[in-house]
Amino acid sequence: MSLLDLSISELGRRLRAREFSSVELAEEALGRAEALDGSLGAFLRTTPELALEQARAADQRLAEEADPPALCGIPIGHKDVLCTAGVETTAGSRILEGFRPPYDATVVARLARDGAVVVGKMNCDEFAMGSSNENSAFQPTVNPWDAGRVPGGSSGGSAAAVAARLAVATLGTDTGGSVRLPASFCGVVGVKPSYGRVSRYGVIAFASSLDQVGPMAKTVEDAQLVLSSIAGPDGRDSTSSPAPLGDLAQALQEGVRGLRLGIPREYLEAGLEGGVRAVFESACRGLEAEGAELVEVSLPSTEFALAAYYVIAPAEVSSNLSRMDGVRFGPGEPAAPSLLEAYELARNRGFGPEVRRRVALGTFVLSSGYYDAYYLRAQKVRTLVANDFSRVFEKVDALISPTAPTPAFRLGERTQDPLAMYATDALTLPANLAGISGLSVPAGFTSGLPVGLQVLGPYLGEAVCLKVGAAVERAADIWHRIPAGFDG
Amino acid sequence: MAELEAVIGLEVHAQLLTSSKMFCGCRAEYLGLPPNSNTCPTCLGLPGALPVINGRAVEMTIRTALALGCRIPEFSKFDRKNYFYPDLPKGYQISQYDLPLSLGGHLEFEVDGDRRSCGITRVHLEEDAGTLHHAGEIHTSKFSLVDLNRAGVPLMEIVGEPDLRSPNEAPHYLRALRQLLLHLGVNDGNMEQGSLRCDANISLRPRGRRELGVKVEVKNMNSFRSLEAALEFEVRRQTAVIESGGLVHQETRGWSEVEQATVSQRSKEEAQDYRYFPEPDLPPLRVSRELVERLRAGLPEPPLRLRDRLTYQHQLGLEQAALISERPQDAFYFEAMVAAGAPPRPAANWQLGPLQALCKDAKLDIEHSPVPAGELAELVRMVEAGEVSGTSGREVLVEAFATGRSPVNLIKERGLTQVSDVAQMEAWVDATIRQLPKAAADFQAGNDRALGPLVGAVRKASGGVANPDLASRLLRERLGRGGG
Repeated sequence: MSLLDLSISELGRRLRAREFSSVELAEEALGRAEALDGSLGAFLRTTPELALEQARAADQRLAEEADPPALCGIPIGHKDVLCTAGVETTAGSRILEGFRPPYDATVVARLARDGAVVVGKMNCDEFAMGSSNENSAFQPTVNPWDAGRVPGGSSGGSAAAVAARLAVATLGTDTGGSVRLPASFCGVVGVKPSYGRVSRYGVIAFASSLDQVGPMAKTVEDAQLVLSSIAGPDGRDSTSSPAPLGDLAQALQEGVRGLRLGIPREYLEAGLEGGVRAVFESACRGLEAEGAELVEVSLPSTEFALAAYYVIAPAEVSSNLSRMDGVRFGPGEPAAPSLLEAYELARNRGFGPEVRRRVALGTFVLSSGYYDAYYLRAQKVRTLVANDFSRVFEKVDALISPTAPTPAFRLGERTQDPLAMYATDALTLPANLAGISGLSVPAGFTSGLPVGLQVLGPYLGEAVCLKVGAAVERAADIWHRIPAGFDG
Repeated sequence: MAELEAVIGLEVHAQLLTSSKMFCGCRAEYLGLPPNSNTCPTCLGLPGALPVINGRAVEMTIRTALALGCRIPEFSKFDRKNYFYPDLPKGYQISQYDLPLSLGGHLEFEVDGDRRSCGITRVHLEEDAGTLHHAGEIHTSKFSLVDLNRAGVPLMEIVGEPDLRSPNEAPHYLRALRQLLLHLGVNDGNMEQGSLRCDANISLRPRGRRELGVKVEVKNMNSFRSLEAALEFEVRRQTAVIESGGLVHQETRGWSEVEQATVSQRSKEEAQDYRYFPEPDLPPLRVSRELVERLRAGLPEPPLRLRDRLTYQHQLGLEQAALISERPQDAFYFEAMVAAGAPPRPAANWQLGPLQALCKDAKLDIEHSPVPAGELAELVRMVEAGEVSGTSGREVLVEAFATGRSPVNLIKERGLTQVSDVAQMEAWVDATIRQLPKAAADFQAGNDRALGPLVGAVRKASGGVANPDLASRLLRERLGRGGG
């Protein structure tokens, strides 16, 4: 039994009751990371000095404030694409080795404001490009439930750390499923907020029009507490929504009775594994038992979403990553015979193969003469995908589906086949194209591997997602299960 | 072979006089600061940093566009222009591609009194790049130092139609545009420091033909003179190519001040593919009609119309009116003097003469002149009414400018008010004639040169307050030289 097995609200109660201090809690998290992360690889670096400093401050607030924030003193981890002032932030890439941002991302600052304690920076696929965490330039993270399998990506380190109880909650980023997929593979909750719900300021961009930061936690309630801290308007991000967040805690108190939940026919077609289907169907029965009405719906543009995504996302990547040119970031080459060669050297040395592939892809689709055929057409598909969702949300309150067609796959299984790897995100990326809200919640196990259920809600519909997620969580009753080897 | 005609269009970049940069809170003023001191995560292009649009820059661009008669679409957006260069920290410039803030206007200008008009394709908004520093020439320097103080400064691009037909028209167009920007208060017009920059597109074609020839883009012209010289050079160069049976290549050429020639920089084949696409970090821009009408209502009088009004309303000469209307603060000062009762032409002379000289010496702009328009107006009125001599007036102006004291008070204090009372003057004149009989006799005998000393003596007798014009008239009358 570890303190990190407890939910945030339980930890908060005990912290306030002085059963233990935030410093002790941080030390336990850091100690577990020290002892257990060697084989897991969830952390790119722990931040003990920062953690203990923040924990001491949290202890003071817990002692002095009448009503300290729910997250005060809670150990968390940040995906390494989130800028943390003074702490090395690499986005899992060689090209950013040694980069210590002079500023905090808005989400990092908001969690610090609420007293959360940062224990480290979490491993991820390079610049968040990948579905298995195998594209990290530094180390793969493995799945805590089976060390021979991937944790999912790109927020694999964030998911694995929560599952293995090395942090109480973490932040990930979701561009095509990068929070929901590893949440599903590692058996944790992962939220993809609506586009604009959470500030992107200080988030090292993958694809700017798709990226969203989201919490990863053991329970839906924990995820809601983190989301409530980080979400809301931010003047530094012009794409952040001015809409007020509302009381998300209230949503968790409400059941799903009377909700109409749609099951997209197309999401159950593409290579769904039998074990995943069984878990999903069992979760459906649980929701019906709680009083939800399930109906089949259709999202006819689904089959084009993957292709559109792999045009739009790389296009933005090719531009977003241009600043990594060896002048300020990356291994500069002063002896290069020309400026062009200096750029080529820095970028070839600094970027891994998947990043180079997407930069090349994106450069191609934006180039003169091809723009209309690829980028413009992909944007039209994007509109169709978004229209599909708008249409079904006139009839249903939320959509449910498996998060991924399969549970965690084996390390190396898809690394040689980029298209197979890309298909991993088929059920998650349409939500990013449409900018709607979603989450993945553990719904069961198949052959000892966790299976997540995806809930998709309308734009700014986080409340309904959390409501449905909590019902699935109650019915499955598995959130307290801990992977073998991490339950000590 | 048919006579060749030049077709010229100018692209002007103007830094906007906003207080902060285009997409962040850093100061827009960057000259003379320690390298990279005027920067933040956004203008440094640090990973994760995001842009936020400067609303003032948008307004300045719309005002400029309205002054040029452009249309302001309701919907506009920013795009990324992608290219690699060390002074471009993000690897792309945020600019506007297919939906600029404004479209389709024109600029009126004059060439030797002849009114012309040139179409304006568009006015759009973008951000400036940083600057590079080298030891000597870029090609021999062992290093390039990057300074990003300028990176992100708001830059307005004014794209002109290819409506100019000779190199001589270009500087007149540019002067008129510069003057307009000055009057709008959106740019400081400094070409040497690069806050106003001009590129030109030029092609030749047989006169009378409609189709355009192959165009060459010319850059690096940082004065009106070099703009005209570079275009004249291009006309000669392209004419020679065509007349010798060759083909002009589409390329970018740079003007070399040293060689007084344009030098090839980049051929069409090497031209960059900028891979423009909509800037995903910024939502599309909606420009409300209310904003447009509010900005339109606040536009100043167009410079050419102001100049013409000065000629007919205040009877200024065309040249004088042009000088007064060159900058808005000059026109403002002048009209304030006239409103305060100064006769217009002398007021213009005092402003353009002694006052401007004093301002120049003191490196002060006229709007910060220690002698306000109202006070100079009173001084000019007194001189014109003969209440004080021009010489005394100029001396008083110098002192007032230096001390900030009122010229009228100085005149009173010094007793410099000229006496124009005829009885008093006659007494001084008679005394002078008695005192200097030889000079009086000489003048009486027709020696005009004797008048000066006589007037001087009258002034001396009066203690310096005698009106010299009246003194000389009375002397003429007394000595029988009146009426001639």
